[in-house]
Amino acid sequence: MYLMTQITRDDVLHLAQLSSLDLNDSEIDGLQTDLGNIIGYVDKLGELDTTGVEPTYQVTGLKNIWRDDTIINYGVTREELLARAPETTDFQVKVPKVL
Amino acid sequence: MTTISEIKQQIKDSSARTVVENTLKLAKDNDSYHALLNLTEERALKLADEVDAGKITGKLAGVPFVVKDNFLAFGAPTTAASKMLENFDAPLQATAVEKLEAEGAICIGKANLDAFAHGGSTENSAFGPTKNAYDTTRVAGGSSGGSAVITALNVVPFALGSDTGGSIRQPASFNGVVGIKPTYGTVSRFGVVAMASSTDCIGLFATNAADTELVLSIMAGKDERDMTTLPNFFEIKPQAKPNQKIGVIKEFMAEGVNEEVKAAVNDYIEKLKANGHTVEEVSLPMTEYALAIYYILVPAELSSNLARYDGIRYGHRAEGIKTLAELYGKTRDEGFVTENKRRIMIGSYVLSSGYFDAYYLQAQKVRTLLINQFNKLFEQYDMLIGPVSPTTAFKIGENINDPVKMYLMDIMTVPVSLAGLPAISVPCGKDKSGLTIGVQLMGPRCSDADLLALAREMESK
Repeated sequence: MYLMTQITRDDVLHLAQLSSLDLNDSEIDGLQTDLGNIIGYVDKLGELDTTGVEPTYQVTGLKNIWRDDTIINYGVTREELLARAPETTDFQVKVPKVL
Repeated sequence: MTTISEIKQQIKDSSARTVVENTLKLAKDNDSYHALLNLTEERALKLADEVDAGKITGKLAGVPFVVKDNFLAFGAPTTAASKMLENFDAPLQATAVEKLEAEGAICIGKANLDAFAHGGSTENSAFGPTKNAYDTTRVAGGSSGGSAVITALNVVPFALGSDTGGSIRQPASFNGVVGIKPTYGTVSRFGVVAMASSTDCIGLFATNAADTELVLSIMAGKDERDMTTLPNFFEIKPQAKPNQKIGVIKEFMAEGVNEEVKAAVNDYIEKLKANGHTVEEVSLPMTEYALAIYYILVPAELSSNLARYDGIRYGHRAEGIKTLAELYGKTRDEGFVTENKRRIMIGSYVLSSGYFDAYYLQAQKVRTLLINQFNKLFEQYDMLIGPVSPTTAFKIGENINDPVKMYLMDIMTVPVSLAGLPAISVPCGKDKSGLTIGVQLMGPRCSDADLLALAREMESK
């Protein structure tokens, strides 16, 4: 399958939304051009016939590895981790209202 | 150039404190290259005193080094050269750093990189580019540019980097030092900011092959905290295998590759032949498609890995926010540089419904075809050879506004990354402007020690 790709301004806005990025207006035009060019380049894989070829998702050569379901102590306390949160309250991470 | 054994001698003749103080001073004197983002001065001096007091011993006792600033390490923030993590104070250290510290090595600073390791020039750092060690109007290469330059400037004998598609090898080539991307899974990635999990590798820069071997032998091995690590296979070879059969990849020596680069690589090939090795031209036809595979798979993986930077638990959080969605969107807009956004959005694109099969799945299938071609070549050849980069270091600003042109610089480094194979970049000459050129040696899985042994043998010729 060979896709002739055109990235529209709406595509950029949609992708930004999927990616949780509130883009500045000034960035959108540039990204539209760049994404179009990049997708246009990678489209060349569509030329190849890969019928019957298995995909490669990982290259470790390792098979499933099981370990005991035990807790590994990384030596980091809850206090130390919470101290890195931008905002906390009552020993928990604080976020704005969801709804 | 500075070697580990020289530094160890200096420590013996004076003290670890003196050596670390001198190293810190040298780092400050070379500040204009912007190779380092932060020094870990206080902690480094404290550790040096402990070495001098005999409380810390080991193979690298008192030897200073630098980490790329995407390794969690104590003593200064771990920024990944981003606004997102500008003030992030690591609660623990990367396994690689812990292992080096266990042998007495002392981290003196954190090196600049392209933000989140996205780039090939260090120009994508949120804190400004690193300058090339041989020409300050040119790029350091990337993404591990700071680590390469600080090693090339002889500030430290070695520096850590990460290589997802060439991020160690290319800056090694641009700055005339040795760089290794080991076999996928050789060194634990625990505590290193993740980019693309199926190709991310930890490696290093050094001024010679023997130091590279020593440091890699310390870092290599299984880590329960990184399930992709292999049982330790890395063992330094006293000698390189004689009469090796080496294939020079003809697609790596094709049109578009700078003539001076090709000439320097050919000189190295002649030297190999003069030392009893056989070098023949071979073909890796999938080279043409490797970059397209890479720029589908890597954005896909990194768009997932970077989803964690949401302004909630750590890192930057945007101010004056009313809703959660706004918090995510603004935080990520402010915390990422443009290249991060491009790659995240490409990742979202190739993974979105309707496009998944045509891009992501197709790329994973073509990856299989590429791996098959490598496997076939390694049935006949001990290793493969070619340039690292089609050019020497380019001008700062030259490629920054054309992402596809910038990506094309990775054309000879991404193939082995996609296949999980080891590769090293070794200095092999300079162009007429005095810019350094690297030759790339690539081997089958777990042949890391063979590649380094050959590089070591050739250094003395």
